[in-house]
Amino acid sequence: MESKRVLSIRDLEISFKTTDALVRAIRGVRLDLFQGETLAIVGESGSGKSVSVKAIMGILSSNGSIDAGKILYTDPETGEEFSIVDMSQREIRSKISGQRIAMIFQDPMTSLDPTMTIGKQIMEGMRYHYQVPVQEARRKAQELLELVGIDNSAKRMKQYPNQLSGGMRQRVVIAIALACDPQILICDEPTTALDVTVQSKILELIQSIQKEKNLSVIYITHDLGVVAKVADYVAVMYAGRIIEKGSVEEVFYDPRHPYTWGLLSSIPDLNLEEEELYSIPGNPINLALPFQGDPFAPRNRYALNIDFEQEPPLFSAGGKHRVASWLMDPRSPKVERPASLERRLKEMREEIGRNE
Amino acid sequence: MVRYIGQRISIAVVTVFLILLLLFLMLELMPGTPFNDERLTDQQRDVIMEKYGLDRPILERFFKYMQLMLKGDFGISYTLNKNMPVSFMLGQRVGVTMSLGLQAVLLGLAIGMVLGIISALKHGTWLDSAMSMIAVAGVSVPSYVFALFSLYVFAFLLRWFPIRYNPSAPGLSGVLPVISLSMFTIATVARFLRSEMLEVLGSEYILLSRAKGLRESAVISRHGIRNSLIPVVTVVGPLVVNLMTGSLVVEKIFAIPGLGGLFVQAITVNDYNVVIAISFIYSVMFVLVMLAVDILYSVIDPRIRLSKGGPA
Amino acid sequence: MNPQKAELFGFASEERFRLADQSSSIGERGFIQDVWIRLKTNRAALISFGMVILILLFSLVAPLLSQHRYDRGMIEHQSLPPRWPVLERIGVLDGEGKYQEMGLEDTYYFFGTDTLGRDIWVRTWKGTQVSLYMAFLAVVVDMILGMSFGMISGYYGGVIDLILQRIIEILNSIPTIVIVTLLVFVLKPGILSITLAIIIKGWIGMSKIARAQVLKLKEQEFILASRTLGSSDAKIILHQLLPNIFGQVIIMSMFSIPNAIFTESFLAFIGLGLQPPLASLGVLISEGFKSFLVSGYMVVIPTLVLAVLMFSFTVLADGLRDAFDPKMKEM
Repeated sequence: MESKRVLSIRDLEISFKTTDALVRAIRGVRLDLFQGETLAIVGESGSGKSVSVKAIMGILSSNGSIDAGKILYTDPETGEEFSIVDMSQREIRSKISGQRIAMIFQDPMTSLDPTMTIGKQIMEGMRYHYQVPVQEARRKAQELLELVGIDNSAKRMKQYPNQLSGGMRQRVVIAIALACDPQILICDEPTTALDVTVQSKILELIQSIQKEKNLSVIYITHDLGVVAKVADYVAVMYAGRIIEKGSVEEVFYDPRHPYTWGLLSSIPDLNLEEEELYSIPGNPINLALPFQGDPFAPRNRYALNIDFEQEPPLFSAGGKHRVASWLMDPRSPKVERPASLERRLKEMREEIGRNE
Repeated sequence: MVRYIGQRISIAVVTVFLILLLLFLMLELMPGTPFNDERLTDQQRDVIMEKYGLDRPILERFFKYMQLMLKGDFGISYTLNKNMPVSFMLGQRVGVTMSLGLQAVLLGLAIGMVLGIISALKHGTWLDSAMSMIAVAGVSVPSYVFALFSLYVFAFLLRWFPIRYNPSAPGLSGVLPVISLSMFTIATVARFLRSEMLEVLGSEYILLSRAKGLRESAVISRHGIRNSLIPVVTVVGPLVVNLMTGSLVVEKIFAIPGLGGLFVQAITVNDYNVVIAISFIYSVMFVLVMLAVDILYSVIDPRIRLSKGGPA
Repeated sequence: MNPQKAELFGFASEERFRLADQSSSIGERGFIQDVWIRLKTNRAALISFGMVILILLFSLVAPLLSQHRYDRGMIEHQSLPPRWPVLERIGVLDGEGKYQEMGLEDTYYFFGTDTLGRDIWVRTWKGTQVSLYMAFLAVVVDMILGMSFGMISGYYGGVIDLILQRIIEILNSIPTIVIVTLLVFVLKPGILSITLAIIIKGWIGMSKIARAQVLKLKEQEFILASRTLGSSDAKIILHQLLPNIFGQVIIMSMFSIPNAIFTESFLAFIGLGLQPPLASLGVLISEGFKSFLVSGYMVVIPTLVLAVLMFSFTVLADGLRDAFDPKMKEM
């Protein structure tokens, strides 16, 4: 069965006005999300991965604006379509965010209101959007707490965030996100701030809820290890553009962009002997300054002359695999992936193979 | 938390004790008491010393003194109103000062909060800049400057308000003193609340409540204002100090028969018992306010209420 | 085949990388430069800085250049309003004809004279010196007492911290006005008792800031490292903690300046500060207040100088803080 498309982003452009300059944070992003599937957006901080999802939620900071492009949300149950770019922030909040698309933030220590009980925070969304009666809301909140693996829910409802551990708080944040039965769950670095042991538990929790409720999930992360574990599709972002995207298999079996190579090489791995690893030198470009050509060129040791003059278009690498690199052009010299990365990829394929 | 409150109370008690000791020692060491009048003979002086109990051993006198002070018996006035009990002199005035101070605090908190919240919400606009400038003026220009100017402009030139304060029926005559007194409170609260609120509005839990789909006004009223108002409690202490000092000058300027005016008069004519009594009352009031503020803060903020050690 | 095209798809030369590197590093600025740029764009802070410098210059130079003395006046010149040489022709600051009545056609008192015939111009600037002394004192007390107590308390912790914190709590619970009053009783009103009062209470706020900073720094790797490497406490405090908190301490100490200036002027105003014929802004305001319904300028002028001075210090402190810590501004 062909699954339904719930979200499609076309040629999105977002810029921020700062005191110094206009920062073009998102430059022509195109993405699709299907029901029940998982998309991971990968990139360094400042690559624009968080900005694009904030636009979807109508929570861009006030100096940001959507300059062009489309964000189309289709309700998988009713088939209703919403063009988010054309909606006012107020409309997005009253129809989309919280109810149809919910979000989980990076740091559970700071994403809960410290002076409000957990119960109230979970109930707030349902009471606000659907005027659910208090008794019913309370029952549902308790169910949600148990769903996300918090025992003794009646007592927990009355507690404040500082009485819980980091992992527990992230579970509460997930419960809050699920309160209004959304169809899309956006997880912005959901495990970065947590202990390693807690990380995988939270990921498993999100996966099991996704399966149970047939949710579509977007992960924002810089950690390709997480991607390999949970995602169906990957989009790698650099300087506000998607530079490589495709299914997890396509990107992990056959990465084409030198930036993706760098990311894949930097996954810590204890099994492999640490020999000379392929790494990306330098820092990301400052998008507030004018640049010519591919913004990645100065950090790209395989850069061609044309990289410094013209930004590469998206080349197809077969299937859903798209790569924005001049190396894909037939006129370019053939480039082999670094040997250390090849060994690493082999390991990873085996890993993915084992998981399935 | 009980331990924390206990600790705070014991510190308050120690402080009051130390203040009493300090005041007593001052009394003992003071150069040039009114009895050093050169026209008095030794004999006359001894009679006075005995009459006021100044010839007993020092420790005995201290305990006696402490007892009397805590009972509210501050002795008699030496110079201002000869032989009138100080407590009687104060009795008439405490009320005036307290009611002015209370009005100023309430007015200041109300206006300051409104200004602070508005400028945080209108952050970066001309309205914010204008309010910030007013607030800077409020914290940096002394209250007596306001008092002088408002007296000059509104009472003397424009004659909108009476120049002198009328204690029995304040009415209009109370307006200028209360506003002058509350200036600092308004400005401090506005500045504090603005930066507190900006921090709260930039926090992730505000982002989360926006992501919940709450209307912006609901985000601000449910999460923004509540969280930024709680820490305002911590500036109340410094504000009360400022009100005390402010009341000294404002009472002088508007000729208000309050504690502050009496304090200033008593200092200029060396009326020790009056000065010490008022110092004591000020200190005790201040200690009590600080205590109340700390306890209140630890009760209303669950982060502190539920932590084991109390605030760091 | 087009050779130009072939080159386009050849690997970029070292030269190319270097050029790109240079162009991308244009506009990258260091921290201090950043601070300076932010400060430069803050017009209010710059103007305030100018005002402070201007007032400082006047207070140092004006009393020296004048033929009048701050503490002596000619009683026959009493209560003359301000008069300026050029401005009088357009009818402002013209001395209101009083000079002519008294046959003083060639005499100019810029700020007028007080009831004893003393030159308010000289007295005002002389008095400003006292305020600037208070500013200086406040910063010194913050830097020396506040910073050292705070650092010691934070660094050593334990019993020392406990004792210092209790002392602070108790001192904090005694209103400054009470301390000053008692000091005045023992020492007589004057600059000494005010100085002592500032020394007794002025350091508390700063010590809290320094302590909090040290507590934060103490846990960081580079401090832990030098501790395990056996550096002495004194060395760690002086060479590693001090440089790291110094910037913030200086900025925060700016905030105690207006308060110290206010304390002096306020005490003078209620008669607990400097005593005439000495001049301070508070003394002048207090004296002017006695006849302010008749000769408003006597109180208006020193009040304005005081207000401008305190306002400028506050705006400057705000500006410096924002420049060092832009997070509040750019949200």
